[in-house]
Parts: sequence; structure tokens; C-alpha cells
Amino acid sequence: MDENTLQELKDTARRIRALTIDQIGYFGVGHIGGALSIVEALTILYYRHMNIDPQNPAKRDRDQFILSKGHAGPALYSVLADKGYFPQEWLHTLNVGGTRLPSHADMVRTPGIDMTAGSLGQGLSAGIGKALGHRIDGIDSKIYVIIGDGESNEGQVWEAAMSASHYKLNNLIAFTDYNKMQIDGYTQDIMDLDDLNAKWVGFGWNVLRVDGHSFPALNRAICKAKEEKCRPTMIIMDTIKGKGAYFAEGNLGNHNMPFDYDTAKEAIARLEKGAE
Amino acid sequence: MGKEKDMRATYNDTLIDLAASDERIVLMEADLMNASGTVTFKSTYPERFFDMGVAEANMAGVAAGLSSVGKIPFAASFAPFASRKTYDQFFISANYAHLNVKMVGTDPGITAQVNGGTHMSFEDGGLMRNIPGLVVFEPCDNVSLEKLIRKAAEYEGCTYMRLHRKGGNIIYKEDDEFELGKGVVLRDGSDVTLVATGLVMVAEALEAADELKKEGISAAVIDMHTVKPIDRELIVKYAQKTGAFVTCENHQVVNFLGSAVAEVLVEEHPALLKRVGVQDEFGEVGKLDYLKKRYGLTAANIADNARAILTQKKQ
Repeated sequence: MDENTLQELKDTARRIRALTIDQIGYFGVGHIGGALSIVEALTILYYRHMNIDPQNPAKRDRDQFILSKGHAGPALYSVLADKGYFPQEWLHTLNVGGTRLPSHADMVRTPGIDMTAGSLGQGLSAGIGKALGHRIDGIDSKIYVIIGDGESNEGQVWEAAMSASHYKLNNLIAFTDYNKMQIDGYTQDIMDLDDLNAKWVGFGWNVLRVDGHSFPALNRAICKAKEEKCRPTMIIMDTIKGKGAYFAEGNLGNHNMPFDYDTAKEAIARLEKGAE
Repeated sequence: MGKEKDMRATYNDTLIDLAASDERIVLMEADLMNASGTVTFKSTYPERFFDMGVAEANMAGVAAGLSSVGKIPFAASFAPFASRKTYDQFFISANYAHLNVKMVGTDPGITAQVNGGTHMSFEDGGLMRNIPGLVVFEPCDNVSLEKLIRKAAEYEGCTYMRLHRKGGNIIYKEDDEFELGKGVVLRDGSDVTLVATGLVMVAEALEAADELKKEGISAAVIDMHTVKPIDRELIVKYAQKTGAFVTCENHQVVNFLGSAVAEVLVEEHPALLKRVGVQDEFGEVGKLDYLKKRYGLTAANIADNARAILTQKKQ
């Protein structure tokens, strides 16, 4: 990855992070932690890898993305608004009655959302369905799914893990946002995932482990996943929950936290200062 | 098509036929392909058949994903597993997402027979009736099964079908036509209306009507194959005509056919009602004849309830 591309991605990620903090701060409360930990992953997918067209969101042969940890919706809404799927002004309607941007990703309400999610554990199964459907139709596309580490407590994730490798879905590329925190505390204390790599390897997946905030590392992993011939890929991303927001980063209470708009503005100012 | 043809064979044959003209049709099983009788679907369309193993929740989620890229998945398991084990996945990934998944619960109610209480769902229809907008139906014979599967495939939205696997019946003629949400008057009558659903209870209701006729009681029999949306117009019509109802279901009387009819009557045209069905109990093991008597799912019990309600009507 050349310097210019890297700088462009970093600038985009900063913009997405700012829009996400602004969006949630404007409403006053939201899932800031898990939204900010996936910004680099969303950025590299939507601005570098995915075959999509915001003017034609239903394009049949497009790559698709499922935010299985649907509560990180605001980060995805920032990307979709930035890409032009809907007006950026919508971001200030987050969670307001009648909005098209609900707290959890919703394909019925929001242009550009490929799958409804929010009841944890369900997105990977839906991704398998999409991958199987595209295989039947001979559509050469990738299905991307991000699941959470806390979400990986759900049994359905492992039912899905088993079936994706059984069906040899090399068109399925999943990510675990391994920020090491869940609502009640550190994952290690609440429900220890232990050797997460070994679990996915054991289920027959191509497993890659990366720094989830490093664009070169993410890029290498995704390129490698795209070349995989007969297995689904799990890219386990080591991330920091609340990354980039001074009041939230690494704070155990950041899963769904209140903060006012002035705090949001201060956080955005610091983000931009950090970029200088 | 003979009376002896298993309903599951009609399920399989109809889907093979549909799949020939509609490439969107796919079929899913959760390690019960042999039980559901879909082996020849698999051999005819191997690329459109997915056995998901003993993992019903994942099957429901994968079905939703298939639907989201334009497929029409029919996904089956035993009724308690197709409902209880998939409820959140079917609810959120399929229904809340406004997708197009056809869930099929086989061996509903007492037809689980010797699999016993763990496999005997008296609540699947009620659970499913709670899902907003879901179409819930239970065919009573091979003709209506075939026609209603075709209607379900045409319908854009999720459906839940209670499918009797073994045994069959012939109530209808080959050229009869059906609409989801429209009950069928199998027999007209003026004293009492028997509203029944499914293979077990429509047959029992017809037999009860014959019994009652011998006593000079004119009983109408309605096949309410679609429990949701319920045919309000038809219920009101027969409330005006007979003023007395007995509902007949191979299910808890709570939240399925009896409840649905009661809701319409109370809101639109109050009438007398008795509900024949399982009275807030779990299932247990046994053959069909034993279980029918055990839970009162018999023509004799329907007729008793009809007589009782007519006594009430005279008072």
C-alpha cells in the first residue's frame, strides 16, 4: 500500500470517526465503543475493496456487508452517508422517532444496509445464506460480515461457523472485532474466549490475525482472504473499544454511554488536532 | 392422488414441480430429510438443497440470507424445533427484515406420536401467530396442501405451515381452489358452526357433523386452513347464521385457532363458543388413537361440545 493511499484511508477514517462521534453526541447517548473500534475495517472495505454503487444500492452482483454486531450501526451510517447512499443530514436523526437510522442496522429502513441485525449471533448465518445464494447464481462477489467478541458467546455463531466451512464458502469473509470488552466487563472476566484463533481454525476456517486499526495489515489480510480457494476466512482484529474518542477509548463503560454534544465537539477537535 | 399418500410426499412432489419452473425455490433441512420425505428433491436439485445439520437456528438465519439475495427457501424441521428453536432467528432475520422465508413445522401436535412430549408442539402455531404479518396455515388434505404450498410460494413474505408428515386425506376435489386467508365452507349448517384446522381436526369435525345430523342438528363445518390472517368475514357470516361455534385444533386452545375465532367474535359479533383442543397441557408419548382420546381431539368430544353449546343457546 503506497503512502498516498494510506494517507487517504487515514483521512477517511478520521472523517468517519468524527461523523460517528458527532452523530451519537448529537442524540446524547449511544453505542460509541463498538462503533469506533470498527472504523478502520469499515473504511478499508467500503473505500478500497467492496464492489458497490451508491447510486444503485441493489446492484445484483455487488459485494455485500453484514454488520452482525448491529449496535455499531452509527459507524456504518457515517460511511453510507459519506458515500452518498443518503443525505448526511440524516445522521442527526439517529434514534429519533420515525428515523430511518435506528440504533441497530436495519435493511428495511436504511438505504445501503444489506442485512438487518441487532439480536446478536444472527449475521453470520445470514452471510452464509447470501454466499450460498450467490454461488447458485454464479455471482462472483464477496460477502463480508463483522461480528463482535461478546457476540461470539452466542451458540448460533458456532453453528454458522461449522456450516460455512462445511459448504466451503470461500466467498465469505468475516471479521471479529476483538476489542476485549463486552457490556458487563472484560471478555476475559465475563465469558473468556480463550484461544479464539484456535477455535476458528478448529472449525475449518482460514484464520488471520491483524491489528484492526492498521490499514496495511487489514489490506494484506483481505487480499489474502480473497485468494482463498475453498475455505471461509475469519480475520480476527485486535482493536480498542472506543478508539479515537478521548472520553471513551478503553473505558469499560463505553458500550452504550451518554455524552453531550460539547463533549462530542471536543473529541472531534482533538481528533483533528491529532491529525496535524 | 390417493387418500393413502403421505402429506410429506405431496410436499416433496409439489416443491420439485415448483422448482422446475421457478429457479428461486430452494429447500432446507435440519438433518430430517428422510423424515420430511425430501430425498428426491435433493437428488433432482442437489445445488438447491441444503442440509444444515442439527442446527435449526442457523438454518433459519441462512434461509433469511438466501431470501435476501432473491431465493425462496422452504425450511423444515419438526414443528417444535422449526418454531421454538428458531424463534428469534425467524422473527428478526426473516420477519422483522421483511424477507421471504417459508418455515415448515412437521408432525404438529399429537401427530408427533411416539416421539412423545419433547417433540409434541401444542404451541408452535401460537408462537408463530404472535409474529407481525406472518401467514400461518395448516392444510387438511393432499389437495389443499399442494395448492396452498403454491400460494405460499407466490406470496411475497414469510409463512409458517404446519405439515402433517405421515398419512393423508382427501377432503377436496382436484380442481378446488384455495386462497391464503380464506376459510372454506365444507358443509353448510344453521344450528352450530364447527371451525377446524389441519389434517386431524377437519376430519374429526366432519365426522362430528355427521353424528349431529343424525340427531337433527345442523352443523356447518369450516376448514380454516389459514389461522393468520383469520377469515373475519366468514366468521361473522356464520356468527349471524348460527350464533354458536366449536373450534377444533390439534394445538393448545391458547393463541391459535380458538383464540383467533374468539377475538373476531368478541370484537365483531358476539356468539357462543367452545374450544376443542389441548387444555394447557404438555404432550406425551403414544399412538394417534390414544392421543386423540387423551386430549379430547375426537369427533365425539366435538359433538359433545356442540350439544352443550346448543343447550346454552336455548337458555
